[in-house]
Amino acid sequence: MTATQERPDTAAAKEIGRDRRRKEDQRLITGRSRWTDNITLPGMLHLAMVRSPFAHATITGIDVTEAQAAPNVVAVLTGKDLGESQGACINAWAITTDQVTPAHVPMPSDRVAFAGETVAVVVARSAAAARDAAELVDVEYDELPAALDLKEAAAADAEHGVLAHPDLGTNRSALWTFDSAEAGTGGDADQAIARARAEGIVIEREYRQQRLIPAFMEPRSTVVDPTGEQITMWSATQIPHILRFALAASTGVPESKIRVIAPDVGGGFGGKLQQTPEEMITFAVARRLGKPVKYTETRSESLMTAHHGRDQWQRLTLAAEKDGTVTGLKVELIADLGAYVSLIGGGVPVLGAFMYNAIYKFPAYHFSCQTVLTNKTWTDAYRGAGRPEATYAIERLMDELAAEVGVDPFVVREKNWITKEEFPFTTVAGLEYDTGDYESATREAKDRFGYDELRAEQRRRREAGDRVQLGIGVSTFTEMCGLAPSRVLGSLNYGAGGWEHASVRMLATGTVEVTTGASAHGQGHETAFSQIVADRLGVAFEDVEILHGDTSIASKGLDTYGSRSLVVGGEALVRAADKVIEKAKPIAAHLLEASVDDIEFSAGRFGVRGTDQGLAMAEIAMAAFAAHNLPDGIEPSLDSDATYDPVNFNYPHGTHLCAMEVDTETGGVLMRKYTCVDDVGTVINPMIVEGQVHGGLAQGIAQALWEEAVYDDSGTLVSGSFVDYLLPTSADTISFDVSHRSTASTTNTLGTKGVGEAGTIASTPAVVNAVVDAIRHLGIDDIQMPCTPERVWRAIHDVAGGGGTDTEGAAAPHFDASTGMQGTVDRTDGADR
Amino acid sequence: MIPTPFEYVAPTTLDEALAALAEHGDEAKVIAGGQSLLPVLRMRLNAPEVVVDLGGIPALRGIRDDGDAIVIGAMTTHHDVHHDPLVHEHAALLAKAEEHLADAQVRHRGTFGGALAHADPAGDLGAPVLALGAEFVVAGPSGSRTVAGSDFFVGLFETAIAEGELLVEVRVPKHTGWGAHYEKFVRVAHQWPIVAVAVAVRTEGGTIAEARVGLTNMGSTPLRAHSVEEALAGRPVTEDAVREAAALAAEGTNPPSDLNGQADYRRHLAGVLTRRAVLAAAGA
Repeated sequence: MTATQERPDTAAAKEIGRDRRRKEDQRLITGRSRWTDNITLPGMLHLAMVRSPFAHATITGIDVTEAQAAPNVVAVLTGKDLGESQGACINAWAITTDQVTPAHVPMPSDRVAFAGETVAVVVARSAAAARDAAELVDVEYDELPAALDLKEAAAADAEHGVLAHPDLGTNRSALWTFDSAEAGTGGDADQAIARARAEGIVIEREYRQQRLIPAFMEPRSTVVDPTGEQITMWSATQIPHILRFALAASTGVPESKIRVIAPDVGGGFGGKLQQTPEEMITFAVARRLGKPVKYTETRSESLMTAHHGRDQWQRLTLAAEKDGTVTGLKVELIADLGAYVSLIGGGVPVLGAFMYNAIYKFPAYHFSCQTVLTNKTWTDAYRGAGRPEATYAIERLMDELAAEVGVDPFVVREKNWITKEEFPFTTVAGLEYDTGDYESATREAKDRFGYDELRAEQRRRREAGDRVQLGIGVSTFTEMCGLAPSRVLGSLNYGAGGWEHASVRMLATGTVEVTTGASAHGQGHETAFSQIVADRLGVAFEDVEILHGDTSIASKGLDTYGSRSLVVGGEALVRAADKVIEKAKPIAAHLLEASVDDIEFSAGRFGVRGTDQGLAMAEIAMAAFAAHNLPDGIEPSLDSDATYDPVNFNYPHGTHLCAMEVDTETGGVLMRKYTCVDDVGTVINPMIVEGQVHGGLAQGIAQALWEEAVYDDSGTLVSGSFVDYLLPTSADTISFDVSHRSTASTTNTLGTKGVGEAGTIASTPAVVNAVVDAIRHLGIDDIQMPCTPERVWRAIHDVAGGGGTDTEGAAAPHFDASTGMQGTVDRTDGADR
Repeated sequence: MIPTPFEYVAPTTLDEALAALAEHGDEAKVIAGGQSLLPVLRMRLNAPEVVVDLGGIPALRGIRDDGDAIVIGAMTTHHDVHHDPLVHEHAALLAKAEEHLADAQVRHRGTFGGALAHADPAGDLGAPVLALGAEFVVAGPSGSRTVAGSDFFVGLFETAIAEGELLVEVRVPKHTGWGAHYEKFVRVAHQWPIVAVAVAVRTEGGTIAEARVGLTNMGSTPLRAHSVEEALAGRPVTEDAVREAAALAAEGTNPPSDLNGQADYRRHLAGVLTRRAVLAAAGA
């Protein structure tokens, strides 16, 4: 990187499109940074939570005497002690007007509804003392039957089955539907299916979206200092602004009295898009004691209680003509909310509802989703939030359709997809896709992948009956991101808007402070946003400082999720920067004794048209600061801000191809090759984009192959440590062949599209399609995720033995009480003796 | 997470360590590399009053040639075992097993003796050590004794090391010139094996003269598959011949059922992996 030597006001340095190493990485990677748990305040006390071991139980008594008397313990507080001061965890998105929403007290005093729920909090002078004393709190429970299985919970009522919250009389929270016939965006899906049953093809499948754990790197941590004019909360959160709103709304503390800071945050993936019970309890304890307090969760607590993701059953019916032209799609979901309706958890499947038709021109579409309460950890956003589920379903179905028609998977896709000439295109779900070029991305992906050669190898191996078979999986995805037009969110009954805010402060010395309401937690905002501002204002990349994640510094914002930071926050930034230029022009004209109309701004310099006269942005900034010689009526400031509300979502797309080898003898699966060509619009920093795609792929592949949160029959999380919740490392992934195309989006100035979730959304079906493709000739048309060796082996074994292809049986937790060989305890039950 | 408070004792000689154990009895836990004990303490699954750290006893580290055997000090790290020339020459199977044990960080901290004393049936070292017929030298208040490999693993996380005793070193008979392979079946690299098979073979021409086979995670202890060993002796190194012998691998085993596989799947895997391990060890 030699750019540091360039003079920005003389060189037309183009930052956009350039590989810039992330300026934030040194501090993030070395840990010499402001992680919340690094914060220590004078007199700060430490919290430890006492958590329920039961999934569902009445609390009959809590004896805190012994804990209270333990060394260095300051207080032990229960739900009763904190009472209404703890506020409530709010649901910001009731997806229907009749949604059943259980009250969510951060620390309940009467009944626990999932294993891990907090029932008491110990406050001590050290974290160790708090932890020691937490074990001395004696809680008596009356265990209640727990609603655990999603299908059973959905079917239960007050008379039959088990209710997660008996007082509600039902586990069914909300039924959300979309019907293209009703909406006027298409025909009647049932009619299309009936027609197809008579004279076409009907593909009916049921897919499982297993429960996943976001498993961010930095466990959640919160520090609250009540001693200033404002109560300050530092929290490892994605959403400092929304959190401040929620704290105020649910506790009655005026919003102006609360400051929330998200310092450096070590990943979130949606998992820190939450107003957590732990934050509320920490806030309440600090206020109660009038002292700064800190709570940092353990990894075990994080896996058990931070919200989970996915967890749906998808019933899908696809109608098509005999040649593979799709005539209708019906989607019936049940989605597991867990014990409470989280901040936007009920809406996660709704975010997917508009994406089941994907890149295709389906003439009829019907969607319904029943959200269901169970006695498990609550669910909410996890990278992709609704869209991975939708993309998985449709891309699996398109492969099934191709198999039924007897053609290559691309044949049915090409037959049904929106062609390049057809954009902008209004879909059967009612969205208007602005741009796209599925043909080019697909062509390039197939070339890079060596599609035809791999197909030939696959044929050879099949014919030879090789022990290791080869499968090729296709996923041609799109997504809606850049959340979101506020009006659309309003029409969906979402509790907030979707705008974003930015401000640009020109400092006297020519450097620039920028604030953004998009709160980064590892994505590289500081680098990419600096590149945008550097180009826009013609200042050096190094002279731009991006400030974020503090409601007192970046006072307005709606934070980071849904691949929105660049396409919404970046646009706000561009508009704020443009305002700076407009404010500078009359000052430049005045100083140059020229007419404003003759001032041209280019590469950081205000020039007078037709002359060589000009002034640099830094000079105008100094002039504005000194204010000695400004035109009449001009304020002495170039500072500007902008709040931008997007007019549309944003639709990146891409073609992903995966080759998997399946060992038919062991069921073991091995990735051989992965190629993707993503169209993410204008790219600000290719290195960051590539990193986002790589990480996204790893997470999507992990859903296909490795990750699954499993509960046992009593509601205990069996996969409660990284021994059993299998995250991949670099040793488990291959070198991905990642490239991108850039069809500029027409919905924002820079032409950018979101990329944060693309890899996760696209990759899961590509991998499973490849696994199934490798063994389809054996009579197998599905493997339930994650495609464990055992599930693959059983599928092959069952077919060979004349059984069906149902692999569901292998999904059950295989707890063998007689050997106790299960879970964390196994691997760690002994000692070094 | 934070362990319960404990007293930390750091002896610098074996005698001091034994004295500490004698003093504290069953209130003490021994820490070697800590790769198994520390998670247990941090998750508060165990709360010893005293932790005796063997890390400061130089005499427990190192690998030496002792005639017909090599001797591996209990506190030798996995990394050092993996890269030791004596091990490569005379007990290549151990190097093969160490190569994929956990991850690099664990291999640099975790110890050979610590892992064996931990006696996790899914640990990677039990099966190869059994297969090679190793002996365990255990020191106690009244001196040292040698425990045969077949007597060392008693049950789940349980060994023949008695209270007040320490594993000092492991004597591994030389298997110079033997082919070796450790076939480990995992879903992700850093995972404990779902099943693994350790094989050492001595071939003469195209025939297996002798074979040693150990099984990982096929019961509450690491196991030696004697019936497979016997069936292999004298067989040609061909897939079919080996397949027949390997099919005996799961005989008499009682493998666990868990998230990674039910017992019947593990039995199936044992046969497949044994065949593959034997063929690989024999260079086929």
